[in-house]
Amino acid sequence: MSETRDVAGTADLTAAGGHGAVPTTGVPLHEPGGPGRDWPLWEVFIRSRRGLSHSHVGSLHAPDAGMALRNARDVYTRRQEGVSIWVIPAAAITASSPAEKDAFFDPAADKIYRHPTFYDVPAGVKHL
Amino acid sequence: MEGSAVNRTDVETGALVPTEAAANELTAGFERTLAADERIEPRDWMPDGYRKTLIRQIAQHAHSEIIGMQPEGNWITRAPSLRRKAILMAKVQDEAGHGLYLYSAAETLGASREEVLDLLHAGKQRYSSIFNYPTLTWADMGAVGWLVDGAAIVNQVPLCRCSYGPYARAMVRICKEESFHQRQGFEILNTLSHGTPAQHAMAQDAIDRWWWPSLMMFGPRDDESPNSAQSMAWGIKRFSNDELRQRFVDMTVPQAEVLGLSLPDPDLRWNADAGHYDYGPIDWDEFFAVLKGDGPCNAQRMAHRRRAHDDGAWVRQAALAFADKQAVRAEAIVAA
Repeated sequence: MSETRDVAGTADLTAAGGHGAVPTTGVPLHEPGGPGRDWPLWEVFIRSRRGLSHSHVGSLHAPDAGMALRNARDVYTRRQEGVSIWVIPAAAITASSPAEKDAFFDPAADKIYRHPTFYDVPAGVKHL
Repeated sequence: MEGSAVNRTDVETGALVPTEAAANELTAGFERTLAADERIEPRDWMPDGYRKTLIRQIAQHAHSEIIGMQPEGNWITRAPSLRRKAILMAKVQDEAGHGLYLYSAAETLGASREEVLDLLHAGKQRYSSIFNYPTLTWADMGAVGWLVDGAAIVNQVPLCRCSYGPYARAMVRICKEESFHQRQGFEILNTLSHGTPAQHAMAQDAIDRWWWPSLMMFGPRDDESPNSAQSMAWGIKRFSNDELRQRFVDMTVPQAEVLGLSLPDPDLRWNADAGHYDYGPIDWDEFFAVLKGDGPCNAQRMAHRRRAHDDGAWVRQAALAFADKQAVRAEAIVAA
């Protein structure tokens, strides 16, 4: 628990993929240290079947990439939910900031001509 | 002191705090998201009370899942057949998985794994009091699956629509898996109930012991549940304790009839006017005593949890030491 976590709720949070972000405070990531430090956090992505892309399913702690993969198999694919797994160190993910989300996505907001429904099509025109 | 339109530095603590205007705008944004029945995600601003309520609820939910492995693990080596043993092992493994999904969800709110486990081991966070009852016979595996997991499903299905995204997503996975748990419990009881007279009596004894604690799982009555209103306003809780308890009773009574087992409540009867089953008074003194630590197995469950954690310390350290060694070797190869 950080004494600064109450600061607008976002000041000390960092992104960690589609599961959402993890706070940087109180969550040890992969940093050199002595025995007793927590295992680093990994985000887990699973391809549920061929033809689909990997999707974020959750996170877990593991000492290294190999163990993270094995743990992900046991935690997230006990019922054949996947044919392929990615594990990514949570610390390696860069995400957009929710605090500036409006400004960040604004450039797309006023370009409705990018959608086919913007255009009037005369009656009777086919295959357009 | 430095400051901006959004944040100012608190003179007392040195911490950054939002200006009043910024705080009002953040609160309004949070309320708008809830009003639209959209989900709050980890990096969104949220009121401190919302965050704390969720951490408390999710962490203790996670603790319940991993403590819940103990009463069932108790019967793995004594399961009556290889089929039953394989099923029970899969179920106990699921409970571990549920705990991990939930610890992950708690972590997105800033509660680290080590922190919440320490709080559990120090007795500062709780787990569901249902796991402080002993599993005395094989029939208890049936009663736990049918009644305890059945009650959990009734509690948890509405949580799939909880306003906090990571919690709701964890609950979707958990609910899918719980329905196997409930069915395997029902199957155990159905087999025993229609077996020899001794097997039938064993099944009935298990129901007699687990029925009332299962009803207590839904928590105190609505008029004695002070935090429920705020949780419902935040979209964390969708139905009241009593509503969920009634739903459980209504779905369970007809299942008991199929099993050919009776529920230990002389006041239990269909109320045609209400369209529900009426049930007798619940012994809340027992509930609060068990919650406080005076249940049959509280000390045993906690001692076992601490021992398992302490006995595993060398494995966690060895895995880290191995990972460090591999990392150093990999660096050496790159440098060479």
